[in-house]
Amino acid sequence: MVFYVIRRLLVAIPTILVLIVLSFLMMHYAPGGPWTSERAFPQAVIDALNAKYGLDEPLWKQVASYVWNIVAHFDFGPSLYYKDRSVSELIAQGFPVTLTYGFWSFVVAVLVGGSLGIAAAVWHNSWLDYLAVGISIGAQVLPNFVMAPILVLVFTLWLGWLPGGGWQGGALPYVVMPVIALSTSFMASIARITRSSMLEVLNAGFIRTARAKGLPMRRIVLRHALKPALLPVISYLGPAFVGMITGSVVIDIYFSTGGIGQYFVNSALNRDYFVIMGVTILTGALTVLFNLVVDILYAWIDPKIRY
Amino acid sequence: MTLNTVLRATAATLVLGTGAAAFAADPQPGETLADSQTFAYRLLDEVPTMDPQLNEDVSGSNVQRDLFEGLMNQDAEGNLVPGVATGYTTSDENRTYVFTLREDAKWSNGEPVTAGDFVYAWRRAIDPATASPYAWFVEMTTMANASKILAGELPPEELGVEAVDDHTLKVTLEESIPYFAAMTTTSTLFPAPQAVIEEYGSEWTRPGNIVSNGAYVLSEHVPNEYHKRVKNPEYWDADNVHITEVTGLVINDVNQALTRYLAGELDMIEPLPVGQFPELKEKYPDQATSVPRLCNYYYTFNMTDTANPAIADERVRRAMSYAIDRDVIVNAVLKGGQAPAYIFTPPFTAGFDAPAPAYEGMTQKERDAEAVRLIEEAGYGKDNPLTLRLIYNTDENHKKIATVMAQMWKQKLGISVTMQNFEWKTFLEIRKNQEFDVARGAWCGDYNEASTFLQLMVSDNSQNDGRYANEQVDALMLESKTMEDPNPNYAEVETILEEDVPVIPVYHYANVFMLNSAIKGWPYENVENNWYSKDFYKVAE
Amino acid sequence: MAVLIGGRRARSMPAGRSLWSDARHRFFKNRAAVASLAVLVLVACFAAFGGLAAQWSNEDIDWAVLGDVATMGRPSLETGHWFGTDELGRDLFARVVQGTQISLMVGIVGALISVVVGTVYGAIAGYFGGRLDSVMMRIVDILMSVPYMFVLILLLVIFGRSVFMLFVGIGLISWLDMARIARGQTLTIKHREYVEAALAIGVGPFTIIRRHIIPNLLGVVIVYATLLVPNMIIYESFISFLGLGVQEPMTSWGALISDGASTMQYGTLWQIGFPLFFFTVTLFAFFFIGDGLRDALDPKDR
Repeated sequence: MVFYVIRRLLVAIPTILVLIVLSFLMMHYAPGGPWTSERAFPQAVIDALNAKYGLDEPLWKQVASYVWNIVAHFDFGPSLYYKDRSVSELIAQGFPVTLTYGFWSFVVAVLVGGSLGIAAAVWHNSWLDYLAVGISIGAQVLPNFVMAPILVLVFTLWLGWLPGGGWQGGALPYVVMPVIALSTSFMASIARITRSSMLEVLNAGFIRTARAKGLPMRRIVLRHALKPALLPVISYLGPAFVGMITGSVVIDIYFSTGGIGQYFVNSALNRDYFVIMGVTILTGALTVLFNLVVDILYAWIDPKIRY
Repeated sequence: MTLNTVLRATAATLVLGTGAAAFAADPQPGETLADSQTFAYRLLDEVPTMDPQLNEDVSGSNVQRDLFEGLMNQDAEGNLVPGVATGYTTSDENRTYVFTLREDAKWSNGEPVTAGDFVYAWRRAIDPATASPYAWFVEMTTMANASKILAGELPPEELGVEAVDDHTLKVTLEESIPYFAAMTTTSTLFPAPQAVIEEYGSEWTRPGNIVSNGAYVLSEHVPNEYHKRVKNPEYWDADNVHITEVTGLVINDVNQALTRYLAGELDMIEPLPVGQFPELKEKYPDQATSVPRLCNYYYTFNMTDTANPAIADERVRRAMSYAIDRDVIVNAVLKGGQAPAYIFTPPFTAGFDAPAPAYEGMTQKERDAEAVRLIEEAGYGKDNPLTLRLIYNTDENHKKIATVMAQMWKQKLGISVTMQNFEWKTFLEIRKNQEFDVARGAWCGDYNEASTFLQLMVSDNSQNDGRYANEQVDALMLESKTMEDPNPNYAEVETILEEDVPVIPVYHYANVFMLNSAIKGWPYENVENNWYSKDFYKVAE
Repeated sequence: MAVLIGGRRARSMPAGRSLWSDARHRFFKNRAAVASLAVLVLVACFAAFGGLAAQWSNEDIDWAVLGDVATMGRPSLETGHWFGTDELGRDLFARVVQGTQISLMVGIVGALISVVVGTVYGAIAGYFGGRLDSVMMRIVDILMSVPYMFVLILLLVIFGRSVFMLFVGIGLISWLDMARIARGQTLTIKHREYVEAALAIGVGPFTIIRRHIIPNLLGVVIVYATLLVPNMIIYESFISFLGLGVQEPMTSWGALISDGASTMQYGTLWQIGFPLFFFTVTLFAFFFIGDGLRDALDPKDR
């Protein structure tokens, strides 16, 4: 197992390298560049800017020196747009924010969604099932860019309970609305996946046997059905987590939380090359890591899977 | 590019007056100051840089005018008033400027502000190693050797600025620039603290590191969330600064900003959601405000051969311009007090004698009839419909105007318009390459004078994306640079533009915003919208 | 009804029917699913034929309304704006009809690409395992790690914006999750007795994938696909929200909802209400249909 983990981590390195090259190429073929602006700058200014940031070098050299700076100095370069900031600094500032509300959204989505799904499956076709189904669809019907302004209207303007945005280092009142807005659609998905796989498991032979033996339902669910029923949920968690981090675009736009979500869009729109790269590498690394965790969880839950 | 007429009067008084009292708003009789003197406003996006020499955008300028102080400031009407300099003299036909710096100006660390700080900052701004995107601004002042330094042919030390002594700054220009003093209100020409920049490098603008000479110091800054600037006790005029804390909150979404304003989290938001101004004005008459702003909004025709050949026909262009009901756009779509535009330059531009083109005086019905006549004469119209490609950049406002214009053309002239919106940089690239028939454009004056707009119509101007070329316009604009009173030339250029119709003027901007009614001292009359927090004060309600 | 009765009879009939016809019978026994199917058919009819009933075109501005949408643009029978108008005085009914067409198309095509490509890809990776699995899943990792908005922006920017590019863009990304899920399921299924039995009697790998793996994946895949259709629609709306969606004057549910959401605090609730209603109803329908399909296809429920 340890060997497996190490091997997977080693494989991650070429993955990220490919990612770097791919993004670099795409970035440079997009129309416009970091210095494209309404006021066309004189060539001398553009030359000075390109020289300062090394953009006057041939592309392969840019890629090489970029990778070298990361490996040798852990330097992800400067931001071309936020001129007095480095990429590492921007990420170091924004990532903990995204991670915090992402983590809590994740916890809420799994706990609430999971419980809803299990309850709906156990009491299949009861009013509880319908309620759970209704809630989970309702949660999905509202895209977070609709939900976010509604939340602010209700909790900030009408009730005056919560601040309408900001982060303030993650103080509780500032975290509540981002977590609600981000978690709902994932909660809905998790509820539905749990419900579906739980139903499947409850119909399986070994559960029927257990039932026939007269074991109490609670014990059946918790002791026997839960683990196999969670398998599909677990394979959804990896993408869900990364999806949440990218979904934070809307959160950052509406709640001014200052996370890294906004950079997904802004850095591309600003052609802020090094920030695009930094964010790409970060999500790339996270994805690799998360998939690994998911696979390990898989192996742990289903001992039949061998690596 | 002359500002003589505008600035002559101001300059004269300044030369005479030696350190007259600076402009600062004070409570009027009957007003009591509120206990808490704070001011919070909305930023659409994070300020790209806090470094005055690197700054290139409006939101950054607003911050830097608070943090730093240049030689000159603007007052509530946009007139020049003393800043760090108490006055200046000019000689050699406005080629040499000597500024006298006040002795009590201090950096926030208590050090005196000297002429050397300006020399350092200006050299820094033009130095190719700094790579300031606004290096062109220094070049535009025609400061001696600026172009050569930018091109790397001379060292920055050769720049035409020198510290005669600690409080005397001498500037040598290559051309006669009567409005140079006005240019010193731009952040590129603010002073910079050499010792701090050398100590911290690019991190010198961090709270804690930063040392500034303005009325405020940066105290907190979380990118993409907020920044806070607090009153600088070392500022020479600190006694007259009332607002103690200014907060800039980044709120991307305009509706969200309004909600939070209404919830009391902000004192000022700008702009307002499109079309909401009348309702807001009715509900909050003392807060919703619309004032003219020195910007235009237009559509440019592609005058090159990459366009639909019909565009080359002046009658088609004129028909399209006439068919636009500007009153509908201004009164039914924008609803924010914008002025319908029939000429390119905003008529309220200082010193500008706006000509009244014939079609301005016609009713829309007459214009429509004329438009139909023209397009049929050109051989198009509903029987032989034109298909044109219209481009604009992604934005709710632009989308609405483009949609309405396309409908007007379609219904009146039978033109079928393919609308395409692109994100900003792609849009600029496409517009620059003339891959369009009609394209959105807008321009905000760099200074309050008509040439800042009309330069765009000169054939070799890099902003002239329609590639309109008229020798007469070029000649008139060239001539205007050295004229005592260039305004007749400007009026003539506008008349030529009306004959050629290379652009469709749509409207002239208004600054539409909500301002907490307790905040006083807002410079409503400043059409460049340059505000200084030090001039505000908050009254008790 | 005939089908329904047939379904009941099927219960009592001896084995020998195919899995699929059996499933069909059971699906039509599920009332919620059948009702949803009816709703979906209605929505599809609305998209297909609603335009015939509309009094206005989707792009024409009603100049009498423009400028005073909040009062003049209300839903009304007299003006012919049954759903009211949008912020520019354009008929919302016609726009919802047209938006429904685009959104249904994006949702269904996106989900189809995702299901077909994702399932096959995931099943192959999961079944063969080892190096092939490793390589295939690394490719998925790489593609997934590229910030999708960036990919889309680039795609739409480099190749120009069209509905086709939107499909390609969405399709390119949407199958990745499905591939993961399919692979995860395959990992468990391939150790089941029937697969090992098939393997023991020498059935070829692709036959096993086709005959045993994919059919057994379907339960989860279909449930996920019903999540995908609305997800695709939301996806599209997010793209519209960023200004990269279909070009004006065309629209989509997402664009309509996003426009409506930005004005809901100003008293024009119909602008979000109508598109959201169709969106919701369709979503519910897809859900119940997916649910019905799941029950019907579940081979263990026999």
